[in-house]
Amino acid sequence: MAELHLKSVEKTYGNGFKAVHGIDLSVKEGEFMVLVGPSGCAKSTTLRMIAGLETTTGGEIHIGDKVVNDLVPGKRGIAMVFQNYALYPHMKVHRNLSFGLKLKREPKDKIERATAEVSGVLQIEELLDRLPKQLSGGQAQRVALGRALIKQPEVFLFDEPLSNLDAKLRASMRVRITDLHKRLRAEGRPATVVYVTHDQVEAMTMGDRICVMKDGHIMQVADPQTLYQRPANAFVAGFIGMPEMNLVPAELTPGAAPVLTLHGQSITIADGLASRISGVQGAVTLGIRPQQLEVVAAQSDNALTAEITNLEFMGHEVNLHARIGDADFVAVVPSERFDTTLQRGDPVGLKPIGSHIHLFDAQNGSNISIAAD
Amino acid sequence: MVDLTQTPPNTSDALQRKLKRRAKISATIRYSVLALIGLIMVYPLIWMIGASFKTNAEMFSSPSFWPKEPTLQGYIDGWKTSTPYTFGHFFLNSLWIIIPKVIGTAISCTLVAYGFARFEFPGKNFLFATVIATLLLPNVVTRIPQYLLFRDIGWLDSFLPLWVPSALAGDAFFVFMIIQFLRAIPRDMEEAARVDGANTLQTLIYIVVPLLAPAIISVCLFQFMWTMNDFLGPLIYISSVDKYPVSLALKLSIDTTEAFAWNQILAMSVLTLIPSLTVFFLAQKYFIEGISTGGVKG
Repeated sequence: MAELHLKSVEKTYGNGFKAVHGIDLSVKEGEFMVLVGPSGCAKSTTLRMIAGLETTTGGEIHIGDKVVNDLVPGKRGIAMVFQNYALYPHMKVHRNLSFGLKLKREPKDKIERATAEVSGVLQIEELLDRLPKQLSGGQAQRVALGRALIKQPEVFLFDEPLSNLDAKLRASMRVRITDLHKRLRAEGRPATVVYVTHDQVEAMTMGDRICVMKDGHIMQVADPQTLYQRPANAFVAGFIGMPEMNLVPAELTPGAAPVLTLHGQSITIADGLASRISGVQGAVTLGIRPQQLEVVAAQSDNALTAEITNLEFMGHEVNLHARIGDADFVAVVPSERFDTTLQRGDPVGLKPIGSHIHLFDAQNGSNISIAAD
Repeated sequence: MVDLTQTPPNTSDALQRKLKRRAKISATIRYSVLALIGLIMVYPLIWMIGASFKTNAEMFSSPSFWPKEPTLQGYIDGWKTSTPYTFGHFFLNSLWIIIPKVIGTAISCTLVAYGFARFEFPGKNFLFATVIATLLLPNVVTRIPQYLLFRDIGWLDSFLPLWVPSALAGDAFFVFMIIQFLRAIPRDMEEAARVDGANTLQTLIYIVVPLLAPAIISVCLFQFMWTMNDFLGPLIYISSVDKYPVSLALKLSIDTTEAFAWNQILAMSVLTLIPSLTVFFLAQKYFIEGISTGGVKG
């Protein structure tokens, strides 16, 4: 196992389109790094550059102590799991697993031992004599995983491996992969993993650290908790978390108890904000997670008055959609605390919890409320 | 709207029986028409097979295909031919053209198609346009320049002009067919093989060729049948009788005798059909897969 470093890595396509803009990323030995972002953010391109399936047009990729830019994929010490499994359809599972070792001309008994071990770990022993078309999605994904595992690579690369599975299977495979990662670590052979997904649940539950990307730039690299609690910018704040964080333009008047004004309504934030925003004033973007937006009676003190536009009953909680002017808000209220008399069109009070308020620069979107935190 | 819940059960049974009967009648008519047209199309072939067992005298006296006094004389005399060689010799000649041509076509067209379908290289678009352009060019146009070229190389009266161009991916149609097939195959498997450590050639041999098998088999089959049936090529390039392939040898029996021994010609025609038919039926499954996938998905 080895570390992986990307240093100012760039990708410009032949037609002049720049997909990746000089990104720097370090993945520690044995770390589970998730690349996440909306489609078109170049996360897959980045992964394919690490694999050597795309050429790198600038910067360096280090795996261990080697620069691998000019090495073919087979010589980089990587293994990859593809989105649609990419099993060789004309080979039985056994040969699918051992193909890489055979190409390396490993001795036969070693190949057999490795195949047996990997199929034991992934519980695919009974599938060894089947063709890929005779496998279910979950089985095929396990074989694909086995094909990566058997090579004992320096770095594992996963390209949205679970997106072809149904929700239930996806959840169980998620657990299986993280369990495997932990087990390998416990057995003293930690696996360095780069895992690409567009699904933030996968990212949050699987990653040791998460790298959020947008339009070929890295927005933030952090562990899931930091990413959720201290997003570096409005994009990360909006991308991580369900439902999305409320982001609305507001006016900030600093002071011991700062005042936020939006659409003619002002609220004073008594606690948890003043210490974090020294020197900030004027136009900002207010960010507050739906779970941290209290729903109170309309016209309450220090609450914004909004009109309910929709109510979604989720079972254990209610998503309350409300509007102030052209600003939309979502608040999540636990079912048992929800006032069932509220109807669409009713006025309602929304009160952001001061210690959870984020303020973002109105121009560049960077988080200006975490500096002194 | 008919309210089905109100319909008594016996009425619905009757309705079902009626529908079933109608479907049966319709199927009977359809299949009868198909069978009749099929029979009309295949009748010359059936007649030929029947006539090959007739005597020369009987051949033109009865239109029925069934011989009154079946005889193998046509086959025996036809096999001997009017030349110093037996018909077997001509079959072998055909084989010496077909084998290198089919193998060469399969290998060269796969290589060229793989290159065009999967790699970027300078001048690719121009070269591909050239390949397609030759596809559109009528064969006749190139006959004379080709003849002059092969005459200057000194290949006249040999098998070489008949198979070498094809074995060097000279048949643009096959290249195009394999490219279309390849385009329908996702690249992930090849990428997986590269990650597994395969080089370009290993990827081609271990991954691409097995996936391409239906298309390659179709190419081989087409090439086999077309070469077996090719008359003009050998006629132009081959002048000595001992190098004649079967297509020319059949003509030979018409040329040399004054009163045509039709039963011999037909008997040998039947034999000539056998290899193509055998190969076709052996490879039928892959063949249909190959042309349908290449055509529809491409």
